[in-house]
Amino acid sequence: MASTNGLYEEIVIAGFGGQGIILAGKLLAQAAMKAGLEVTYMPSYGAEVRGGTANCMVILSNRPIACPIVSAPTALVICNKASLSKFAPRLRPGGQLIFNSSLIEEVHSVPDGVQVIGVPAEEIAIQAGSPKSTNMVMLGAYLGVRGPLTAQQAAAALADVLAERHHKTIPANSEALRRGAEFAASHV
Amino acid sequence: MSERILMCGNEALAEAAIVAGCDAYFGYPITPQNEITAYMSERMPQEGRVFVQSESELAAINMVFGAAATGKRAMTSSSSPGISLMQEGISYLAGAELPAVVVNVMRGGPGLGNIAPSQGDYFQATRGGGHGDYCTIVLGPASVQELADCMPLAFDLADQYRMTVMVLADGILGQMMEPVTLDPKPRRELPPKPWALTGMKDRKQNIVRSLYLADGALEELNNRFMAKYRQIQDNEVLCEQYRIEDAEIIIVAYGIVARIARAAVDQAREEGIRAGMIRPITLWPFPSEQIGSAADTFRMFLAVEMSCGQMVEDVRLAVAGKCPVLLHGRPGGGVPTAEEVLEKIRQLTIPAGAA
Repeated sequence: MASTNGLYEEIVIAGFGGQGIILAGKLLAQAAMKAGLEVTYMPSYGAEVRGGTANCMVILSNRPIACPIVSAPTALVICNKASLSKFAPRLRPGGQLIFNSSLIEEVHSVPDGVQVIGVPAEEIAIQAGSPKSTNMVMLGAYLGVRGPLTAQQAAAALADVLAERHHKTIPANSEALRRGAEFAASHV
Repeated sequence: MSERILMCGNEALAEAAIVAGCDAYFGYPITPQNEITAYMSERMPQEGRVFVQSESELAAINMVFGAAATGKRAMTSSSSPGISLMQEGISYLAGAELPAVVVNVMRGGPGLGNIAPSQGDYFQATRGGGHGDYCTIVLGPASVQELADCMPLAFDLADQYRMTVMVLADGILGQMMEPVTLDPKPRRELPPKPWALTGMKDRKQNIVRSLYLADGALEELNNRFMAKYRQIQDNEVLCEQYRIEDAEIIIVAYGIVARIARAAVDQAREEGIRAGMIRPITLWPFPSEQIGSAADTFRMFLAVEMSCGQMVEDVRLAVAGKCPVLLHGRPGGGVPTAEEVLEKIRQLTIPAGAA
């Protein structure tokens, strides 16, 4: 686990409605809070529809957080093409881009000095037991390369953010988190 | 300390209102505050309290009027266009001296505007908003925790002074999630409500109204209100002063913008610029005295707000020409960044050692 000294990680998770973007962000925030970090979570809000764009911003820090709006992210988790062109140019130098290579063949608009890793999220999700858990694979991948938290810590917070009727998905989601982290850690 | 829970501002304020003893909630949906109405629709019936999704904002505020007239703790919430619709009711609440809590999760305007965060309703909130000579107490929290904390205060102030208390948040504060603790707060010692419509039985009839036609009656009422407002200005101002003692520039900002400004102040200090901040927590009554005393030493004041410049006018009134007052405003859903505010601070000051 990375040291959290001087941590100020500004993450944008983006994709289309229905990919579980909002859930992934809430899970990250919840797990970070349980780990004792300062955290803010800010969703895009308004006329959300399946297939439309969805994004959320999560800030993790060990000091009070000024503004929950992220203008220049230190890490980007990109789940579809449209979000890549929107957010990639804003990445900070030294930042990390994690993209869903199941849906994005080629990355562009990436500033110099940014680390890039492509994650075949759909394939990994299917292997993990549920094609719906690409969001967890992507979040796991983020935690695997960058995380101030472990994928296990995120999995432990699933029960807090999932409605009770979805608790049966916890094993598949936990596995997706684990495999995502494992893939990313071995492809840095 | 009780458990930290991750909640969005809208839900946190709703739960805090329930903890504070809100008896009745009336509301009509509008973004970005729909989570309040949704949350209340589930939780108020669980508590055996009243929830009504009204047919309009006009209905909601008049239901608040009715519930408040019976002595119950009543509230509504909306966002900018909906709050405009409620102004007639808020004026009537003022005239009838009824306690009420109104939450405005501001969005961009005028008109339907957009659904992005804004602070464009400052004038409306702090100048009464509707017709007639009246004020509402206005609270401007800066975090999800403070948003939750100001709900019991809002109900107490409303009951103590028999007036509307408006909680002025914005789309960011309503939507963002942060860890929050929701401990019950001890209530203020509050006056009884002998004026409430509780069924007259053996007592004299109570009448709640805002119509005063008798010669001189309304003037007398207005004067009594003004005396009450002065008492509130003397006793209820809340503000935070941050690193201002030696500051050559003082940022004045409230709500979410104050958090952004605080980061800019800290960065400026690291660069050797003596910056500080005054953060009004009550927007009415405004911390005029605190800002006025800070202006006794010559320095620059910079108001930062998500509007074309509204609170800045109260800063100018408080500074009373003693110091320059400048504005950095972002309207229409624009949110200032800490870097942007820092750049403004740099432009307005001479760095240490450069003189």
